[in-house]
Amino acid sequence: MARSVKKGPYVDHKLERKVLKINDGGAKKAVIKTWSRRSTVTPDFVGHTFAVHNGNKFIPVYVTEFMVGHKLGEFAPTRNFRGHSSKKVETT
Amino acid sequence: MARIAGIDLPRTKRGVIGLTYIFGIGRSTASYILGKAGIDQNKKVNEWTDDELNAIRNIITNEIKVEGALRSEVQMNIKRLLDISCYRGIRHRKGLPVRGQRTRTNSRTRKGKRKTVAGKKKAPKK
Repeated sequence: MARSVKKGPYVDHKLERKVLKINDGGAKKAVIKTWSRRSTVTPDFVGHTFAVHNGNKFIPVYVTEFMVGHKLGEFAPTRNFRGHSSKKVETT
Repeated sequence: MARIAGIDLPRTKRGVIGLTYIFGIGRSTASYILGKAGIDQNKKVNEWTDDELNAIRNIITNEIKVEGALRSEVQMNIKRLLDISCYRGIRHRKGLPVRGQRTRTNSRTRKGKRKTVAGKKKAPKK
């Protein structure tokens, strides 16, 4: 089910603060490391690079305006499917 | 001949059903169109007068996205997902179900015909 519009998009407070600080503080653009996969990408995020944790390592995600409205976690896949094993050991 | 949005409508069917032959128009949109044009839903397609046909055409061209325009919109939406390489885009790319369905079994619509893997044996009988 979709989130109630009344509440607005969910963004982790800490992450939002960090982004806004860079945006209006004029601080040097840096990669923002985050575990907050659940945060929605807001228009403020556009142009930043996030290092989104996928449970194992941080995946760099450069945010474009098309990504607004998606969650950060959608861009850092958690599963890595390498294909099935080519040959199975036969057991008798 | 009733030709709307580049599609020949079946002449012998009821109006509501006939309109659903257009991509982008289902039962509910069809009855909305006919209601707005003031045409009885049970009237057959070949019984429509030219005026009625034009009224339907007007409503469709002005209010509803159908056929080519709709198809390209859908394609654009999918392309957007592919380009930003989000989870749904990746699923589209791999031809797997996009909305979290199981893939251990079923989902043959997305995956296509079964590809049997050689050398994979069933559990041995004892």
